[in-house]
Amino acid sequence: MPKPRVPGMLIGLRVTFVELMRTMFPRRGIKTFIPAPSLGAVTVQYPREKEDPAPRSRGVIALHEGNCTACMLCARSCPDWCIYIEGHKEKAPPRRPGGKPRQVNALDRFDIDYSLCMYCGICVEVCPFEALFWTPEYEYSEPRIADLLHDKARLGEWMDTVPDFEPYEAGSEQKVKKVPR
Amino acid sequence: MSGASAIFSVELAYWQQTILRSVGVLAAVLLPAGTIVYLFLFKMMSFMQSRIGPNEAGPYGSMQLLAEVGKWLQKEDIFPSKADRHLFAMAPYIVVASVLLVYVAVPFGPDAWFAELDAGIFYVLAVSSLSAIGVLVAGWASANKYALIGGLRAAGQLIAYELPMLLAVVGVCVQAGSLNLFDIVRAQADGAIFGWEAVGNPYILTQFAGFAIFMVATQAELTQPPFDMPVAESELVTGYMTEYSGIRFLLFFIAEFASAGAFAIIASTLFLGGYYLPGLDLDANYMNVVGPLVLLGKMVLVTFLIFWARFTYPRFREDQLQRFAWTVLIPLALVNILATMILKVAF
Repeated sequence: MPKPRVPGMLIGLRVTFVELMRTMFPRRGIKTFIPAPSLGAVTVQYPREKEDPAPRSRGVIALHEGNCTACMLCARSCPDWCIYIEGHKEKAPPRRPGGKPRQVNALDRFDIDYSLCMYCGICVEVCPFEALFWTPEYEYSEPRIADLLHDKARLGEWMDTVPDFEPYEAGSEQKVKKVPR
Repeated sequence: MSGASAIFSVELAYWQQTILRSVGVLAAVLLPAGTIVYLFLFKMMSFMQSRIGPNEAGPYGSMQLLAEVGKWLQKEDIFPSKADRHLFAMAPYIVVASVLLVYVAVPFGPDAWFAELDAGIFYVLAVSSLSAIGVLVAGWASANKYALIGGLRAAGQLIAYELPMLLAVVGVCVQAGSLNLFDIVRAQADGAIFGWEAVGNPYILTQFAGFAIFMVATQAELTQPPFDMPVAESELVTGYMTEYSGIRFLLFFIAEFASAGAFAIIASTLFLGGYYLPGLDLDANYMNVVGPLVLLGKMVLVTFLIFWARFTYPRFREDQLQRFAWTVLIPLALVNILATMILKVAF
């Protein structure tokens, strides 16, 4: 004979009721019956307390200007065309005395328009020179939409918040890259 | 029994009584509706979802409702260009009026009432189904296919669940031997269950099937989950309310929660003994003050049940809803009436 079962409708009512009680009366002992929903709730009261985002979360993109060669790969792969790059060629002093002066690409402008960016991360993936990094910072909203255009100085400031790459699991042949500081 | 015609033995003219009654009904509608929205919609639902809910406006977020009302009043009252303007403007008022009219017949105390009607429960059920017309008008006048489908669904649903609700009430009327809400309260206060008189006879004990059917039908009449196909937002945007904004949307909102309170009050009058509690004197003068409070307490209890179910269950499908009404609730209600009548004659 099958065991008699409690109907699912009643189980549902129990679930919500238990959750109500758990949120309303989270404390034990003498204070059990004093409602304290702010302790029982699992939500974070954002402006007052802040959540710790995961280290690899995609908050904002940082630029390490020294590594950028203005190769335009990121700008061309951006689905939103929200990266603006301008550069010019320069003569740099030779590496060895007596050598020819080297030709380098200098960066005049590197802007990311965060009002357009959709945080796909293709620019970070595609960069061959380790110039772009994700950081978990997320508080950069602006009253004016034009201020969401971050120039290379602003993007460079984000570099301080880039967390170190996490080590791969044991036995991995890949070596962990270093974040240029 | 003088009702509002004399207060502190001051005779009032008819127009003074009318003003007093209008203000009274408005207070009787808006206060419970506000209580319900804050207690259940804002706080209880949040706790059931492990969050705090509104907590910024006023102490413990208690002024949130005022903030919301202020917000809705500021918004533009938009008319779609192809809408039937007069009907579109009128529809929310029809819905609200049907709720206001329900409160008119409710007994709050031996002398605290707005109107004493001999066929009180008949009147209540009649005017409460007026809201179906308002909803249908809103859906039609919006000139929007989602609104129209929502309105049609609402009308079909309200008609399908009007019947089990009525049949559930018939059991109570048979047992009380009256359609008058005052007599039903009195019958519960003075009654006895097979000779046992300790708590009178609140009909929830002898008419439990009727109470269950009434509550299910109430849920459907309010178009609340799990019976909210008319406003199923994933299919119909928000059904008949799609094109409404500003104060007219606010009126629909008020009507929804005021009618939750109205049906809860009717349920407590019919099944939980109304404004009477065992140990109180039914006809004493102090009941005019204590009675409304008792009734409000019972209303909060019943609305808790309504909203508990609302926040627990997912939405039915349209055909499941209709099948449930016609093949489960209505036969059950008929059997309940039959059993009540047999027992009434036998004892």
